[in-house]
Amino acid sequence: MTPDEILKGLYDETMIGNKPAVIELTQAGIDSGMPPETMLFEALIPSLEEVGARFERGDWFVPEMLIAGKAMAAALDLLRPLLAQTGVESVGTFLMGTVKGDVHDIGKNLVNIMLEGAGFTVIDLGVQVPPEKFVAAIEEHQPDIVGMSAFLTTTMPMFKANINAIEKAGLRDRVVVMVGGAPVTQEYADVCGADGYAADAATAVRKAKEFVAAKRAG
Amino acid sequence: MHTVLSSAGASVTIGPDQPFCIIGERINPTGRKKFQEQLRENDLSAVEVDVHAQIAGGAMMLDVNMGAPLVDEAKLLGEAVTLVQSLTDVPLCIDSSVVEALEAGLAAYQGKALVNSVTMERERIDQILPLVKRYGAAVIALPNDEEAIPEDPHRRLELAKQLIGIATEEFGIPIEDIVVDPLAMPVGADHTLAYKTMEAIHLISSEIGVNTTLGASNVSFGMPDRHTLNAVFLPMAIQAGLTSAIMDSRTPQIVTAVKGADLMRGNDEWGANWIAAHRAKEAAAKAAAQDAAGG
Repeated sequence: MTPDEILKGLYDETMIGNKPAVIELTQAGIDSGMPPETMLFEALIPSLEEVGARFERGDWFVPEMLIAGKAMAAALDLLRPLLAQTGVESVGTFLMGTVKGDVHDIGKNLVNIMLEGAGFTVIDLGVQVPPEKFVAAIEEHQPDIVGMSAFLTTTMPMFKANINAIEKAGLRDRVVVMVGGAPVTQEYADVCGADGYAADAATAVRKAKEFVAAKRAG
Repeated sequence: MHTVLSSAGASVTIGPDQPFCIIGERINPTGRKKFQEQLRENDLSAVEVDVHAQIAGGAMMLDVNMGAPLVDEAKLLGEAVTLVQSLTDVPLCIDSSVVEALEAGLAAYQGKALVNSVTMERERIDQILPLVKRYGAAVIALPNDEEAIPEDPHRRLELAKQLIGIATEEFGIPIEDIVVDPLAMPVGADHTLAYKTMEAIHLISSEIGVNTTLGASNVSFGMPDRHTLNAVFLPMAIQAGLTSAIMDSRTPQIVTAVKGADLMRGNDEWGANWIAAHRAKEAAAKAAAQDAAGG
């Protein structure tokens, strides 16, 4: 296979979520000596961006987005050790959790898969995450972004409680805070002091990338 | 087992030998930006339209939820309950995760309401079940605990049993006034989830014998042609034992599927409801055609 064939194959097969083919092509690329960042930035990430764009337009649907994200994550498992060696900067680290009092996780897990697919390192704290656990995890993992999910109007106020705890720990300037979940709105995100809100997984990934780019530029 | 809900002037019975109880889902601000803005201004005018459209579509009960961000949910829910009861006689499902809002809704309600909902979380149990008891209401029980929303149907059965045990023994709530929600999950997130929900419905209705309900529209989240999926899911869930659903009652395709399932299950004697609905549809089409010809 020529390098062009490998890259085109990676782009096309990732988009349709053909995980076995993506793994095979990634391995072929590695064996041929292709730089891992070439595969990442010229095939895999553009493919997932196209998937996200199609989803945001309403042309593609949740399962298609999920299988593409999973195929991409499989390629990243192969590439990550190599990327670390070549010193390529990671896309970003995203700390995620469902707030205290809330056990809903389907939406959060969708966002995690898409973030991983987009190249983020995702640290998932699970459900029922209290403020002190967010704070400790920020200190431990130094994420670029902290994502909080809430599914109930009764648990949404935990966003503010978490943000207060992060402020109190002196960490607020070091992280971007994104919030989401069925009842959450942009207005609510603004009022509780979050930096960002997204209504769906594709938008969350796009905004997360914008935040990281802005953070690194600033 | 029969669960009877009532308003001041009417009642509805949920049970496996009854026509499926259609609970209209629409009076809920989640995902409705304009309605949320109106609620922030204390404007309940959209509710009237929702009430009439859902009843006309076939709703036998209405769910009332005022869970928008940045509103006084307790005040709004009390007012909404009074407003809806001034517009219709169908019994209501009072829906909130805010305990004070449930209390305000129950205080405003005339009749025997269905409270949505309590979970197998001790704090929620101790706050919500005394209200259910005090107002003589029925309650929807969700089989999730502090740890997780279980995917395993057997775990959902186990949690439902525990919650029913506590509600009946500690709080003296009659078992027929507990309606279990076996938890509908989106098939778009994992294609095995809807089937697991059907297994949970079957286990809960056959082993405990209680009535069941669920938020039916959840199953089609993230998928195209949601109406068709909802119209397929409901008859399958009904066959598994589901006796009511909080659902879209404004889409004829979905309501018709449920009415057909009633007949197939033997809950529409001599097909009278099915035939009457057909005649009404024909009469409406004929009237519309005459209007068009005359105008």
